[in-house]
Amino acid sequence: MSRPGGGVVSGRASSLRAGATPWVFMAPFLVCFAVFTLYPLFQSVILSMQTTFGPGATRFVGLTNYSALVRDPLFWTALSNTCLYTLGSLFIQLPIALGLALVLETPGLKGRGWLRLLLFSPSMVGVVFAAMMFALIFEKQTGLANQGLHALLAPLGIDWSLDFGWLQQHVMPALIVASLWMYVGFNMTYFSAALQNVRKDLLEAAVVDGAGPVRRFFAVTLPAIRPVAGFVVLMSLIGSFQLFELPYIIFNSTAGPDNRGMTIVLYLFQSGFEVGDLGYASAIGWALAIILLACAALQRLSARGEEAGA
Amino acid sequence: MNLRGARLLGWAWTRGVLLVAAVLTIIPFLWMTAASFKSNDEFFRSVLLPWEPAKTVVRDGETVREGGHVAWNRLTTDTYSRLFGELDFGRGLVNSIFLSSVTGILATVCCAMGGYALSKFHFKGRTFCTVLVLAALLIPGPLLIAPTYQLLYRMNLLDTFSGLILPALAPAFGVFLFRQAINSGVPNEVLEAARIDGASEWRTFVVIVLPLVRPMIGTFLMITFLSTWNNFISPQVVLQEPGKFPLSVAVAELRRGYYNDYGLQMAGTIVSILPVMVLFLVMQKDFVSGLTSGAVKA
Repeated sequence: MSRPGGGVVSGRASSLRAGATPWVFMAPFLVCFAVFTLYPLFQSVILSMQTTFGPGATRFVGLTNYSALVRDPLFWTALSNTCLYTLGSLFIQLPIALGLALVLETPGLKGRGWLRLLLFSPSMVGVVFAAMMFALIFEKQTGLANQGLHALLAPLGIDWSLDFGWLQQHVMPALIVASLWMYVGFNMTYFSAALQNVRKDLLEAAVVDGAGPVRRFFAVTLPAIRPVAGFVVLMSLIGSFQLFELPYIIFNSTAGPDNRGMTIVLYLFQSGFEVGDLGYASAIGWALAIILLACAALQRLSARGEEAGA
Repeated sequence: MNLRGARLLGWAWTRGVLLVAAVLTIIPFLWMTAASFKSNDEFFRSVLLPWEPAKTVVRDGETVREGGHVAWNRLTTDTYSRLFGELDFGRGLVNSIFLSSVTGILATVCCAMGGYALSKFHFKGRTFCTVLVLAALLIPGPLLIAPTYQLLYRMNLLDTFSGLILPALAPAFGVFLFRQAINSGVPNEVLEAARIDGASEWRTFVVIVLPLVRPMIGTFLMITFLSTWNNFISPQVVLQEPGKFPLSVAVAELRRGYYNDYGLQMAGTIVSILPVMVLFLVMQKDFVSGLTSGAVKA
């Protein structure tokens, strides 16, 4: 790929200047990247084998952090909560997003652009700010969630209690509902863009062949949007696993009652910056990294398998 | 059911679904806006807008019907005046604008330059740099929080804006995005022509390359501006002095310090969201299409 002496892509004779030019263009990025990404990445390996008391005082402890982590019940609470939230994202959020995208593609729909914009807009709101809002929306008695459900379900003869404890007993469902508001429109936008690639002639041919809407979806639409769907799944997975601000703000800098709002990154934050052990925090960080890398590898493998199978 | 009936049902179904989605999206915004104009008493009394119930009263011997309308007079702007008065929220607004703009502009310059080098130059180490960038896409952000904090401590950059801006200048995905945009948007012939005309490398980059990838510049500026604006964990970790807090941290402080002051919390949240929403409305077209282009082409 590289040519001795360097030079531009064109056939022009290389000069000393051309040899240095790409490095000059790369320099600002490379310097910042080396100092603030590569070095911390390297350092996080070392840190994860230390116990620290604030950023200054460190002591080498080998793999103790990792073995402690495996036996730490709080870490398992964090992991299971985070997994639950992630499952909610994948199996509740994404189907709704895809459904909305399909509905939005209905031919002859007026105001499609405005609807898309409106549904997308919550994803512009930072998680901190959305968390501020949902903290009050999920309050007992006064909160919009209970008030709304109470009013809507009353005509159906269901008495929704105003004391339903979203933030007391049902923490993860509450967080999943909040994430629906934040990200459904965002994911829908990706599915919408992907649906533009579905071939109209194939859909019409399927109609002629007598395939119903469900059959058409699985036989024509789904295969066509598969690459984008894979990308969206991976992004949701990575994003969901990094859940932090939502519970941290809602529960006012804690992990909620009985740690029901504890997540991996929240535990990392508490360990590193409230307890002051950057070493343990780094070990948690590596646990997170390994989980996410495994997910990404699985996704690559399954994508490759599908390509080979097709 | 006949065909027309089925069609009508389909029509009603799609519109119904979209209506519900739209209402569910917009209601929290409205609820929060209403709450931000309420005193605590009023917050407990009404769900959305304060309501003056209809009643019949006798005045000067005559029977008059009163009420049955929204009680606008029970709304207050007190929350906002306290926010910008005693709480100095304007400071947070200025900090957020400063941090987001500077980070956005510098990161865009860094990444556009890097993407240009990777896209249009053959040089020793290009493959290495490209692999490095692609591999870095896989590093989860939270992993770097603790070691970056330690690094900033050693560099004496804790509690400074530089400590927030510098680590955000080289996101690998930015270089990746610009490499893709320049690959597909800048033909080699144009660069060659510029060089034959004797344009310097820098001039070629600024005058020829950058205008050709303008949509990507807009999208990436917006992405970095937004993510800096909405970033909470970095400023929370790096900054200590309240005068330096951006809105994300200032709002969290509001919740810690004024836990029972609902109107105030919502007013602070509205002030934090509004500038971003306006920016989004202005930029929306390029932004949304730019955001999805990478995924759909891939």
